[in-house]
Amino acid sequence: MSAIAPLPTPSIAYDAERVRRDFPILERLVNGRPLVYLDSAASGQRPLPVLRAVEHYETHCHANVHRGVHALSQAATEAFEGARERVRRFINAGSSREIVFVRGTTEAINLVAQSFGRARLGRGDEILITALEHHANIVPWQMLCEQTGSTLKVAPIDRRGELELDRLLELLSPRTRLVAVAHVSNALGTVLPVKRIADAAHAVGAVVLIDGAQAIPHSRVDVRELGCDFYAFSGHKLYGPTGIGVLYAREELLAAMPPWQGGGDMIRTVSFEKTTYNDLPWKFEAGTPNISGAVGLAAAMDYIESLGVEAIAAHEQRLLKLASAEVTRIGGVEIIGTAAHKASVLSFTMQGCHPHDLGTILDAEGVAIRTGHHCAMPVMTFFDIPATARASFGCYNTEEDVEALIAALGKAREVFG
Amino acid sequence: MDLKELYRDVILDHNRQPRNFGPLVPSDAHAEGHNPLCGDRLTVWLRMSGDRIEDIRFEGKGCAISTASASLMTEAVKGKDKATVMALYGTIHALLTRQDAVPDASLGKLAALSGVREFPARVKCASLCWHTLGAALERSADPVTTE
Repeated sequence: MSAIAPLPTPSIAYDAERVRRDFPILERLVNGRPLVYLDSAASGQRPLPVLRAVEHYETHCHANVHRGVHALSQAATEAFEGARERVRRFINAGSSREIVFVRGTTEAINLVAQSFGRARLGRGDEILITALEHHANIVPWQMLCEQTGSTLKVAPIDRRGELELDRLLELLSPRTRLVAVAHVSNALGTVLPVKRIADAAHAVGAVVLIDGAQAIPHSRVDVRELGCDFYAFSGHKLYGPTGIGVLYAREELLAAMPPWQGGGDMIRTVSFEKTTYNDLPWKFEAGTPNISGAVGLAAAMDYIESLGVEAIAAHEQRLLKLASAEVTRIGGVEIIGTAAHKASVLSFTMQGCHPHDLGTILDAEGVAIRTGHHCAMPVMTFFDIPATARASFGCYNTEEDVEALIAALGKAREVFG
Repeated sequence: MDLKELYRDVILDHNRQPRNFGPLVPSDAHAEGHNPLCGDRLTVWLRMSGDRIEDIRFEGKGCAISTASASLMTEAVKGKDKATVMALYGTIHALLTRQDAVPDASLGKLAALSGVREFPARVKCASLCWHTLGAALERSADPVTTE
């Protein structure tokens, strides 16, 4: 038996340079420098197939959906419902009736809070979240608690940014009606054991919502395997358009939930005496939807599957590893979020240089990172910092991008001594 | 975009060693400023002698621009009366936002902030302390306020 562990196989098959050519925006200059885009956790860029699918739809197929018998209305309806089926396959939902199109993750969570939560929760009931949630998975539940008299419970994290799973399990009780957790932390990169959490939550009779905004671009998500009741994500983090997102919800739950917004498309019949509601999922889609957004999202899913989600993730992991090692060689840099299992998010601080100064200096070098509290103020409070700098990697990033980041950070170190 | 225009030596110096930093005890008024976008927070304390700022101190957590701007501000307004301070506030605001504003000699070290206008995302960092000072001055004028 050899004492030497085999070296990990480099992902020869993954050609990031070729992938880059699919993203026209990456050719532009920023402040006279080639753009180094390291902010995909905030929003991914769009590849040509997405841009072309949206343009094709707008140029040849647009009309309103589910209305009229004319050719364009039918083409638009086919494109929109085809996109729904594409989403169903992408996350392996059992039925396209379980796919509700929304504006994004935030709207999906608010829908669940207001439709499911308001009807089912009352005084004495508990909602359980974690300490690393994005504001979008905190505030809708606080609003629901105010409306229903329920209580919000928060499972803690440790100094590495890991969820304290034991504490979360202790907080579960028959009073817990809903458990809402991030699949991946946007501020720290931590990947949460969501299947384990879902199993434990179900054991006490709670339903489970997973905020998948940061997970879906980096991992294969199978909602049936995860066993979650709700899964929410946004199109634009998946290299699709903004203003389109998805709420997956188990059909049985959706069927029992009251409509959220009233209006056109969500009804079957309307009279002044009584209105009857449409079938699933349209009961939850009042008004004209973002049709081209759905078309673009479907194209983004095709594109990602053509590259292979696992191949993308493996590539990003290599970049994360490289960047994590390089960044700590720079004096005064501390990585915030050092969980064992992370997605491609690198949050850090540099002693003596505020994240906003870092952001400005890097921008002058053409390097785009996110700086601030990342809509996760409680996480910043936990680490007792006002903000972090965050570099995040996507399918198009390369080792050269990591080098550019490190060089620009060196420059910041020079300016701030 | 020239970083040296933004991070001038005066700015870096006042960031590293902010002047008049820490609470002022006793004080006649104080105000807290918060920039929710970036999380910058600062407090400005005032001791007044009639209409004149007799002493001023600040404390906060923020970027270099926000810290240096506050530090420079405390040096610039100490000993000045309210009308002079408010006029200075107007001059600084123009300096931070208008491309054609030329820093005049009366600004002294505050002229170092003129580089900020090339970085629109950072204007709020530099102006936070002045908004906060304005709020503190208003409170100092309010006879029912007891600190």
